Amino acid sequence: MEIILALAIGIITTSGVWLLFRPRTFQLAIGLSLLSYAINLFILAMGRLRMDAPPVVDKAVPVDPAAFADPLPQALVLTAIVISFATTALLLVLLLAARGLTGTDHVDGAEKPETKP
Amino acid sequence: MPPAAHLLIAPILLPLFAAALMLVLNERRRWLKRAISLSTLAALMAVAIALLIAMAAPGSTPVAYRLGDWPAPFAITLVVDRLSALLLLLAASIGLCSSFYAIARWDRAGPRFHALFLLLLMGVNGAFLTGDLFNLFVFFEVMLAASYGLALHGAGVERTKASLHYVAINIATSLLFLVGIALIYATTGTLNMADLSQRIPMLGGEDLVLLESGAAILSIAFFVKAGMWPLGFWLTPTYAAAAAPVAATFAIMSKVGIYAIIRLSALAFGPASGLAAGFANEWLITGGLATMAFGTIGMLAASRLTGIAGSYILISSGTLLVAIGAGSPFVLTGALFYLVSSTLGTCAFYLLIEPVERAADPDGGAVPSQAEPAFEDDEPGRLAEDESDDEDEIGIVIPATIALLGSAFIICALLMAGLPPLPGFLAKFAIIDGLLRALPEMAATGWITLAAILISGLATLIAMTRAGINLLWVPVDRPQAHLRVVEAVPIGVVLALCLALVIGAGPALGYMKAAATSLYDPVRYTDAVLNPAHQPEERTR
Repeated sequence: MEIILALAIGIITTSGVWLLFRPRTFQLAIGLSLLSYAINLFILAMGRLRMDAPPVVDKAVPVDPAAFADPLPQALVLTAIVISFATTALLLVLLLAARGLTGTDHVDGAEKPETKP
Repeated sequence: MPPAAHLLIAPILLPLFAAALMLVLNERRRWLKRAISLSTLAALMAVAIALLIAMAAPGSTPVAYRLGDWPAPFAITLVVDRLSALLLLLAASIGLCSSFYAIARWDRAGPRFHALFLLLLMGVNGAFLTGDLFNLFVFFEVMLAASYGLALHGAGVERTKASLHYVAINIATSLLFLVGIALIYATTGTLNMADLSQRIPMLGGEDLVLLESGAAILSIAFFVKAGMWPLGFWLTPTYAAAAAPVAATFAIMSKVGIYAIIRLSALAFGPASGLAAGFANEWLITGGLATMAFGTIGMLAASRLTGIAGSYILISSGTLLVAIGAGSPFVLTGALFYLVSSTLGTCAFYLLIEPVERAADPDGGAVPSQAEPAFEDDEPGRLAEDESDDEDEIGIVIPATIALLGSAFIICALLMAGLPPLPGFLAKFAIIDGLLRALPEMAATGWITLAAILISGLATLIAMTRAGINLLWVPVDRPQAHLRVVEAVPIGVVLALCLALVIGAGPALGYMKAAATSLYDPVRYTDAVLNPAHQPEERTR
């Protein structure tokens, strides 16, 4: 379980970072999305991995902390997902605007940095 | 809980509600929106002044506000102490002046300027007030999301290109922020900053290594915001492309990163935090010195006023980082004074750039051009030509506008270069005084820092003098430049605030000294958050 999760985070992060350094804006957007998936998994892992344990405490029975998963990382991940969703949407709009205004999908707005006006 | 205690959450709720209200209103009701925006900002300023007065009382303690009255380490807490109150006031004054300036023309350049502007201030205020790391992240994101919109305000190719880089860098940085938070949570089991400061001294071994890596990754996010070399290359182009009032408000945004570093280094890695104490101080000093060097070179190389302003932000960030890294309350006192004066100076300068460049533009500045350099390297040739043109006149009448702009420019130059009698000088003097006291511990680094502070000031003076001569003294055959009252008033107000800072330097420095001392004594802060029983107003609702 741990090794699978660790590998998954590692592979997604590597792909994300590689895409982040590519010159096309679409690659940038995908790279950032992949990175945010990896980070969300990472946050979840930092709350310790638990299988088959509920995060919500039932008031009726006496509470034993060992029987529950840590709810906080799950709440954090939710917030992080919403925020990265919003910023990625904004980034996509910006990519389209940049493509329309500069006529290229290069991140610097020109095909080769040397030929910049 | 007395109603006055709820004042603490007003700096977040007021702009939120006002911005929401503005989204409902039609974009054509411009004056109504302006009125809402300005009155909200005025109210924010009043709240900030009230909090500042409460905090300025001798022996005052930080006040915590628990949302929904949940018990402290679990609930979302807002905390105001001397530092937060001071920065709230700074943010409100800069916001009010920039927003007023925007009425001249910029709020018509695109939709929803005022709503985004208020949301930006909400994020900034929230970041200054929040008592836990995750909400710091959330408020950072609120601030950034609004700043993306504002950086793009007015559209255009230059802005889109600069914003693309800005947005991409900040999204990546936010992810690092999350990694840092996750690592800190994994090792300490808490994200409440007061709780953190109590748990960190108990850590050791592997956990300590993990915690320090978490904090280091977290700091990268703050360093990017503050523009530390080599993480600050995005700053100058983005700020240069942004509309004038937006860039002026962004001046406070780079200080949010500095604030977070001050808060964390004092609370979590202060002298009382056991093995983790001061683990990043050498990094802060090295990074700060590199940033100052980069800013100084950029300052001398800048061919446009926006370049000078961007480099000045870098220099001031560098100075502040070094001052925090020195880890002495005396240096921090000066640093806080420097923070306030340099933010006001940057704000005034960004507001001033537009009218000055318009006045220097031979077309009379119908359209503020972002792409053209304000002056070129072949300036002497142009100078000679212009002089021959003007030969048939006997002397040149200095128009009132140029006189006004020129004096504002000179004040800005003195402020930024740190020359007397303006607060820039007092701030540098206070930092240097603190450094001299801390010299026994800092040895060679102290002297290098002293030299860097003085050299960067000299470079600022050289760059500003050169730009001022070129833009304001060179006679150009141009129609009468015009400066609108709406533009002149906010610049005047910001500069007047700086003058007030000089006149009230004694009490101001006293307040900042108290703020710096209490930062290095986090017990009161943790007490206010974790043991609210000590406080008179305990019960809510």
